[in-house]
Amino acid sequence: MLQILDENGKVINEDKKPDLSDEQLQDIMYRMVYTRILDQRAVSLGRQGRLGFYAPVAGQEASMIGSHYAVDKEDWIAPGYRDIPQLIWHGYPLWQSYLFSKGHYKGGQMPEGVNALVPQIIIGAQIVQTAGVALGLKKKGKSQVVITYTGDGGASQGDFYEGMNFAGAFHVPAIFVVQNNQYAISVPAEEQTAADTIAQKAVAAGIEGIQVDGMDALAVYAATQKARQNAVDGNGPTLIETLCYRYGPHSLSGDDPTRYRTSEEDDEWEKRDPLVRFRKYLEDKGLWSEEKENEIVEQAKADVKAAMKEVEETPRQKVSELIEIMGNELPYNLREQLEEYRAKESSK
Amino acid sequence: MAEMTMIQAITDAMRTELKNDEDVLLFGEDVGHYGGVFRATEGLQKEFGEARVFDTPLAESGIGGLAIGLGVTGFRPIMEIQFIGFIFEVMDGLAGQMSRMHYRTGGYYDSPITVRAPFGGGVKTPELHPDSLEGLMAQMPGMRVVIPSTPYDAKGLLISSIRSDDPVFYLEHMKLYRSLKGEVSEEAYTIDLDKADIKREGKDITFIAYGAMVHSALKAAEQLSEENIEAEVIDLRTVSPVDLDTIIESVKKTNRAVVIQEAQRQAGVAAGISAEISERAILHLEAPVARVTAPDTVYPFASDEDIWLPDHNDIIEKAKATIDF
Ligand SMILES: Cc1ncc(C[n+]2csc(CCOP(=O)(O)OP(=O)(O)O)c2C)c(N)n1
Repeated sequence: MLQILDENGKVINEDKKPDLSDEQLQDIMYRMVYTRILDQRAVSLGRQGRLGFYAPVAGQEASMIGSHYAVDKEDWIAPGYRDIPQLIWHGYPLWQSYLFSKGHYKGGQMPEGVNALVPQIIIGAQIVQTAGVALGLKKKGKSQVVITYTGDGGASQGDFYEGMNFAGAFHVPAIFVVQNNQYAISVPAEEQTAADTIAQKAVAAGIEGIQVDGMDALAVYAATQKARQNAVDGNGPTLIETLCYRYGPHSLSGDDPTRYRTSEEDDEWEKRDPLVRFRKYLEDKGLWSEEKENEIVEQAKADVKAAMKEVEETPRQKVSELIEIMGNELPYNLREQLEEYRAKESSK
Repeated sequence: MAEMTMIQAITDAMRTELKNDEDVLLFGEDVGHYGGVFRATEGLQKEFGEARVFDTPLAESGIGGLAIGLGVTGFRPIMEIQFIGFIFEVMDGLAGQMSRMHYRTGGYYDSPITVRAPFGGGVKTPELHPDSLEGLMAQMPGMRVVIPSTPYDAKGLLISSIRSDDPVFYLEHMKLYRSLKGEVSEEAYTIDLDKADIKREGKDITFIAYGAMVHSALKAAEQLSEENIEAEVIDLRTVSPVDLDTIIESVKKTNRAVVIQEAQRQAGVAAGISAEISERAILHLEAPVARVTAPDTVYPFASDEDIWLPDHNDIIEKAKATIDF
């Protein structure tokens, strides 16, 4: 397993340490703190019933931010439902992520220039699509890559193997990240597979595979950066398994993690917290302070507030709008129903 | 008799059959230790052990294949698909394999499998969780599609499904899981598959419904009764194959029919039924067979579902239009 920072923020693997400027290091920390706050706010908004579907991410910041920091703005992302932070840092507006959460179709309208698929609900679908995006990029002669995310559970789906195998066979610029946060809802990773690691599954697809400490932002960054370079250089795809933990419930829709996890286990993982570890590392270098962190916290809170305001001002979607967005050209049944529902809506 | 919610009746049916037949196995995602995301399998692993009630890796196609393999080696699998929208992952398992096992082997092998899946709107689940896909399932020859509407029916129909030597797709409407209670016998009992139930007698118009829409139809019937319109409400219980005898007999009495489904209008169960009525009873009809359905869009998540889903008012409106035809 690739690890660069230990639990006290000390570098233990000097020659694997990525070449990042002070500003970049601070930027990674900034994004992780911001993400933690976004998560806390989303959980509380969710509990108040002001969001729709939400899957908490605390504990996975190094995995999410570290990997995403290694890709370019022009690169593509194919996220799962939990991968909202990477999308936000890729340019997907926060308020739209809330609309996505509430199932509003405007949540799925990626802004111009944001090369991303909509967060996937069907586990595994993004993995096969990634092979397609990567082949598309290769055929167009682009130097972009595509990065996709799933969980340890997702690595059991047929689509996972098909996607990696295709990407290997077509030798395309794809990065498959499996965030092994130890549980697929209630099922622990060791019941998911008899393989020692998920990373080793790359062997069967004939591609590179690496397991990294997913609570260590530097390690995740280094692995992803190398995977990206390989992809751009025409050396094919990589599978990265990030070992991490999800502190919260699987989602806010009724999951109770105390039914399948102990608090000792939670505590054990919290000791490896990605924010604490990175903060210590930066503090030792004189690159971080409490004031700086508080500023970020306030900034994130203000951004959440502004985004919620925008969401609450967005008109509720109408059934007639849903009918209109079913396709480019509406067939007779939809044209008929469009009239019917418009009439219904205007009589209300 | 005991008061049970629908989900309790479902758990009770599985417990009854796990007890009754040691070849019954229960598996799926999160069904074991956790007891299912809806708690439908709560306590069953504890009671029957990990060899009979177990979690699988996260792969629906794998779950379906496992069931088929266990089926031909003498087991009677109950497989859970966590939410209906994930069924696409195992469509080959269902349509291409399970439903044609008897046919393909000339009756040498069977698929004595029950596929359970929650479906249905009104509980604000994310996309691809609530869709009404029974029309799609109904198009698989060799597969029965069962949808209960009450706790009592849920238990009896599930026991019959588990005992059936042919595969049964057993759909559980999420909104009904906990929204109603009813008397359920604690004994093992069965309800015939392929047999509709007349949930309310009437002489003026026939409502044909299933799942949660049975309750909307009953509500509509109550309100219409205040205007001296007596609707007969048929609960299909099995949507593939449908019990045409019960339907046609009713239509011959009332001369009017409204077919009601939560699913989109295009194709589907209601379309098939209205065609059958037209073919078999056209001369008894005083008005065209009407349908109450959702529009032909994908299922909208959360904020729109109460407008999108048909309700008792839509049924009343269609009923009146049919009577005034
Ligand atoms: C095809 C499919 N099957 C099942 C589900 C239901 N489901 C949603 S998340 C989940 C567990 C996923 O675990 P994992 O892949 O480890 O990712 P994590 O949620 O832990 O990030 C399940 C079973 C789904 N969304 N899609």
